Amino acid sequence: MSQIIWDGLFVGSFYALIALGYSMVYGIIKLLNFAHGDLYMLGAFIGFAVLASFGGLATSLGLFALIIVMMLSMVITGTVGVVIERLAYRPLRGAPRLAVLITAVGASFTLEYGIAAIAGPNPRGFPIRLTGDVFVVLGARVTLPQIVLMIIAGLLMIALDTYIRRTSTGRAMRAISLDMKGSLLMGVNVNAVISRTFFIGSALAGAAGVMAGAYYGKIDFLMGFIIGLKAFTAAVIGGIGNIRGAMLGGLVLGLIEAFGSELVGGQWRDAFAFAVLILFLTLRPTGILGERVTERV
Amino acid sequence: MSENTDTTFAPPPPHKKNTLGGRITAIFENKYIGWPALAIALLMPFITASAYSLNVMTTALIFVVLAAGLNIVVGYCGLLDLGYIAFLAVGAYTAGILSKMFELPVLFTLPAVIVMTVLAGLIIGAPTLRLRSDYLAIVTLGFGEITRITANNLQVTGGPSGIFGIPSFLTIGGVDLQEPVIFYYITVLIVAGLVLAAARLGKSRLGRAWRYVKEDEDAAEAMGIHTYKVKLLAYIFGAIWGGFAGILFASHLSAVSPQSFLFLQSALVLMAVVLGGMGNMKGVVIGALVISLLPELLRDFAEYRYLVFGVLLVVVMVFRPQGFWPARGQEPERKMTAVDAAVIEGRSR
Amino acid sequence: MSAVLEVTDLRIQFGGVKAVDGLSFVANSKEIIAVIGPNGAGKTSAFNCITGFYKPTGGSVKLNGAEITGKRPADIAAGGVARTFQNLRLFPDLTVLDNVRAGMHLYGGQNFLDAIFHTPRFKRSETLYTDEAHYWLDFVGYKGPRGVPIRNLAYGQQKQVEIARALARKAELLLLDEPAAGLNHNEKQTLLELVRRIRDLGTAVVLIEHDMGLVMEVSERIVVMNFGKEIAEGTPAQVKANPAVIEAYLGKDDEEEVQSRGDA
Repeated sequence: MSQIIWDGLFVGSFYALIALGYSMVYGIIKLLNFAHGDLYMLGAFIGFAVLASFGGLATSLGLFALIIVMMLSMVITGTVGVVIERLAYRPLRGAPRLAVLITAVGASFTLEYGIAAIAGPNPRGFPIRLTGDVFVVLGARVTLPQIVLMIIAGLLMIALDTYIRRTSTGRAMRAISLDMKGSLLMGVNVNAVISRTFFIGSALAGAAGVMAGAYYGKIDFLMGFIIGLKAFTAAVIGGIGNIRGAMLGGLVLGLIEAFGSELVGGQWRDAFAFAVLILFLTLRPTGILGERVTERV
Repeated sequence: MSENTDTTFAPPPPHKKNTLGGRITAIFENKYIGWPALAIALLMPFITASAYSLNVMTTALIFVVLAAGLNIVVGYCGLLDLGYIAFLAVGAYTAGILSKMFELPVLFTLPAVIVMTVLAGLIIGAPTLRLRSDYLAIVTLGFGEITRITANNLQVTGGPSGIFGIPSFLTIGGVDLQEPVIFYYITVLIVAGLVLAAARLGKSRLGRAWRYVKEDEDAAEAMGIHTYKVKLLAYIFGAIWGGFAGILFASHLSAVSPQSFLFLQSALVLMAVVLGGMGNMKGVVIGALVISLLPELLRDFAEYRYLVFGVLLVVVMVFRPQGFWPARGQEPERKMTAVDAAVIEGRSR
Repeated sequence: MSAVLEVTDLRIQFGGVKAVDGLSFVANSKEIIAVIGPNGAGKTSAFNCITGFYKPTGGSVKLNGAEITGKRPADIAAGGVARTFQNLRLFPDLTVLDNVRAGMHLYGGQNFLDAIFHTPRFKRSETLYTDEAHYWLDFVGYKGPRGVPIRNLAYGQQKQVEIARALARKAELLLLDEPAAGLNHNEKQTLLELVRRIRDLGTAVVLIEHDMGLVMEVSERIVVMNFGKEIAEGTPAQVKANPAVIEAYLGKDDEEEVQSRGDA
């Protein structure tokens, strides 16, 4: 039982990291960045590329190398996120929802099949594989890599939360999400803040990608697709647009999935997650922490 | 709130008539362009009748049916369905399982296929069509994946290997209609009929209702249109077209497996609709043919084709969101026939 | 003359804001009523409640004696209510004719099988749609092109099309939300005559308007709203002289302006 809870929380922290980017972007420009999950995949591949080029040196430095690579990957993924926003989303700022969504699908495809063209369609092995001691805590098998990764994820999330609450950019993000025109009129550099939002969200996804690569050992160009959907589910569960909600939603989804897999079997895991998504959207679309927004005619 | 200044999906201004481009466009927009197109399709086997090319052309035509169906959902009614391939799956699996189980020609499974796809449309549509477009898109994607995963995991659908050894479409008087050339012609006729039917639906009262809902839901409601019902109808018709495609698919390949129903397939159908010109059936047909045939013609660049499609999607949405051949949005200025004013005014409500 | 619309103690609240706070009035067939009031008085909110876009939190709305409070907009429209919108909600990419056809949607006459097989019933139905669309465009005095998308038209023309679309509903109750906004003097005169012709069809016309000159000239009765409820009701002359109205809304300067505009 506690094993299920632990496993659920572990996977949930990945979901949370990626859900954060989804929620942030949705909160600020009301766009579901369909390509977000692919930034997670991109992060993993960048990590892969960097580590592969350093060969033996990297593997010998283990966790330390991983963290360096992770930070490098975050910067690159963040930049790619900004570029995508500039090229694909900004020109469509006032366009109907349909147009932006379709563009996002296109961006997602570009990332996925771009990587497939470069690195080949087959899964690749990640150069660093995290192994570590196993502890038994409250009846659950807990490995050191799991603890380390969750700590890293947790630190990133705390950093983000502080950033949103304390800095002027964070305030600007919240302002823009409530009223873009008003923020513009108040002198907020909306474009810059939006770019920064994309950077941070994408960087977090990239970080999760590197960690996933190191933990699971295998990466492939479609790994971002399902993860993206699950991250969206997590964001919805927690209340889309709500940062803390994304974190909560990620953990909740991880737990639901873990328990669900126990109930119906592992091969239904993904279907179970989607069923949860559909249930939430039908019955409680505002999520756990979200707020209702009425529309005036 | 609708924004009257938004020109994203607006048709471009009417073409100038005297330029070469204008004349070509005028030809394509002619009402009767369907006939020469049909003639070309019927004559293709005389140009190339190898097993390979017949296979490719038949598959392309089945893809056209899918694009026509999705055009109803996305193009006419504006519902972004990212899991449309689920309907193909439902249709193909129903056809395959039933025809194998009861040793029927696939054609005879048509009533069951229609029932199943309508059910699927209701099950997926009922909860999701109340959602806004972003959520609708992801949820339909989710349903698409659920369908594929279910097909992959169930006994009755044959698990990962799927169903194979599906009987042929129909055998009449000793002639097996699954024979490549014959089946190609049957497909041409069926597909032509389905495309025509979908286009006619688009130009009817229901088609107008779809467009009203797409343009401005609140205004449509104010006109007495039950937007939820209208959306559900769009969805169900889309599902039925998917079912038809499923029948052709199952008999053509004589095998159905979950591999054919990846999100990739839903995305490709969407691309055909978007690139071809959302809402314009003729453009969508061409878009579907291009997307299914181009990779075959450019075998060398096979690796890059999806990358190109993805980039193309972004480029098209940024620079020409109406697609290459947008819906015209014009009609003749015809004056009305002599009508008694009092009759119109007093006509019972 | 019979009461087509009966609004009784209508209320709607958004959070702490009472947009409509006990509004009551009646509209009869073959009558033109104006609902006026300062900005924020709750006029459009009241319209939205009546037409089902908002669900009232209290009170009742009756159409021809039948309760329609809280029903969905499509059902209310089907019951015999048509409206235009403050910010012009036409279908921008559809043709002028198609926009007007929207009003006729409920007159049906064809199903999907008719459409697919182009049955005689389908052809008759389509001819009907086209003929009636032309008729209503003629009725409102529309002189622009009819086969082009709406987005290409001038504002005044678009307003005409919106009214034609509402008229195509052949409703007993027509709600016009600021029909004169953005129109020039000539267009307002045309509108005035149009409203009277609509009344002569037997329709109950209720309009929200800020142009006092137009209101005074065209209305048979005026309902003055403030703070979500009616503060005065009566003929234009009565309302003009009502001290509560003057205090809340008209004011002395505006009264003089109304006088001079009435003379023009």
